[in-house]
Amino acid sequence: MSMKKYLAWAAALLMAASLAGCGSTATSSSAASKAESGTGTASSAAAKSDKVWIITTDTAFMPFEYTDESGKFVGIDVDILEAVAKDQGFAYDLQSIGWDGAVAAVQSGQADAIIAGASIKQERIDSGWVFSEGYYNATQTIAVAADSNIAKWEDLSGKNVAVKNGTIGCDYAESMKDKYGFTVTKFEDSPTMYQDVIAGNSVACFDDTPVMAANIKQHGLALKIPDGFENEGAPYGFAIMNKDNQVLLDMFNAGLANIKANGTYDKILEKYLG
Amino acid sequence: MVKIVQVYGGMLMTAMGQTLLLALLSLFFASILGLVFGMLKVVPNKVCNFIGMVYVDAIRGWPLIVLAFFVYFTFPAFVQGLGYRSFRLTSLQAGTIALALNCGAYMAEIIRAGIQSVDGGQMEAARSLGLPYITSMRKVVLPQAVRTMIPSIINQFIITLKDTSILSAIGFPELTNATKTIVANTMNTQGWMVAGLMYMVVIILLSKLSGYIERRVRYAQ
Repeated sequence: MSMKKYLAWAAALLMAASLAGCGSTATSSSAASKAESGTGTASSAAAKSDKVWIITTDTAFMPFEYTDESGKFVGIDVDILEAVAKDQGFAYDLQSIGWDGAVAAVQSGQADAIIAGASIKQERIDSGWVFSEGYYNATQTIAVAADSNIAKWEDLSGKNVAVKNGTIGCDYAESMKDKYGFTVTKFEDSPTMYQDVIAGNSVACFDDTPVMAANIKQHGLALKIPDGFENEGAPYGFAIMNKDNQVLLDMFNAGLANIKANGTYDKILEKYLG
Repeated sequence: MVKIVQVYGGMLMTAMGQTLLLALLSLFFASILGLVFGMLKVVPNKVCNFIGMVYVDAIRGWPLIVLAFFVYFTFPAFVQGLGYRSFRLTSLQAGTIALALNCGAYMAEIIRAGIQSVDGGQMEAARSLGLPYITSMRKVVLPQAVRTMIPSIINQFIITLKDTSILSAIGFPELTNATKTIVANTMNTQGWMVAGLMYMVVIILLSKLSGYIERRVRYAQ
């Protein structure tokens, strides 16, 4: 085989592999067996039984969605969606494409809904998002270097803290910075944010309590979560943008109530947070 | 989109100010680096040529985002390891260093190419009239070389201005970083359009300025 041909084959293989990677990471088993991919023209009655809903999520937002050691895409969001879909009998294709992509896909109509630890905020509702009932109430707090002696808000005075851009943790830091006189640096993702604290550029980082606790434990980060910084928290919601998908939102709410009642919900939380 | 501008207009303008600050600082230091290393590459001295080559090859071989992470995280950790425990770089300092190094390497190449585009006979003629090398370079070769360099230099400035967006990765509060906040807050991707238009306006202004400068230096052609 000539070099050119060999390269062409390698390129083709790479493309195939990356396409496969973009595809379905999880498809519910119930009612999915003979489902055709939804064309969006089906009547609402047919939609309930045949349509495969495309739902987007983040790639790494432990413990809500992440890839475990065995390479399986798991998390609280993933399990809740699976349980709700099973309860309500709808088929879905969960696409893990990162936060920005997940938001953009739903907004542009490429996908039907998002479940990515999205906090229910008025600003987002103003942009046209329709949220489900909250499925998890996440509090926010700070994490500091393992050898840090920061113990109260006043200790942050004159220091810099790191946040993940656009999160509720980011809002929380912004709401406290003037009162206690610290500055805020915004990073794109959690790993860089933690890195900034470990490197000593920031004395603390702000994020959702369960997310930070899971990351510190899982990755053995040299960080700790001091007492006395936790807020009251805000609920996470499953969200749609296109009003035609209201049926999906209704199913999610009904399924969520059912799995809360039958104990499945508590089991999922226990599995990831217990 | 109107709503985004209404609510976040102030934040976007502040961020644009930070973008311009970072760009101007970087371009200033990049021009110095470019001139120094560009000259090192053309002077008739093997050691100087080698130093110039190492700088250009090393920096051009690193993607800017990798360089930014390196300067912001890896380099201070290394210096701290040497015993300077309190050594820190702010994101503005690290951003300026990374961007100036990056842009400086490309500027060095532009300047080298510009000088080499001037016919060798010009230098020989100046030297044979008894002018020293430095004077021949300054008074004869460089004025001719600058004319060919200007469009490429302006182009590089525009690229560097846009490359400031990459420094959002190390948390520098410039326009792209602020837009991320807005898009995440509102979950409304139209924020990207606002940011794109803001960059475009600044760059069109810069292009107009460059057109004016180009006309001014074309006098002797």
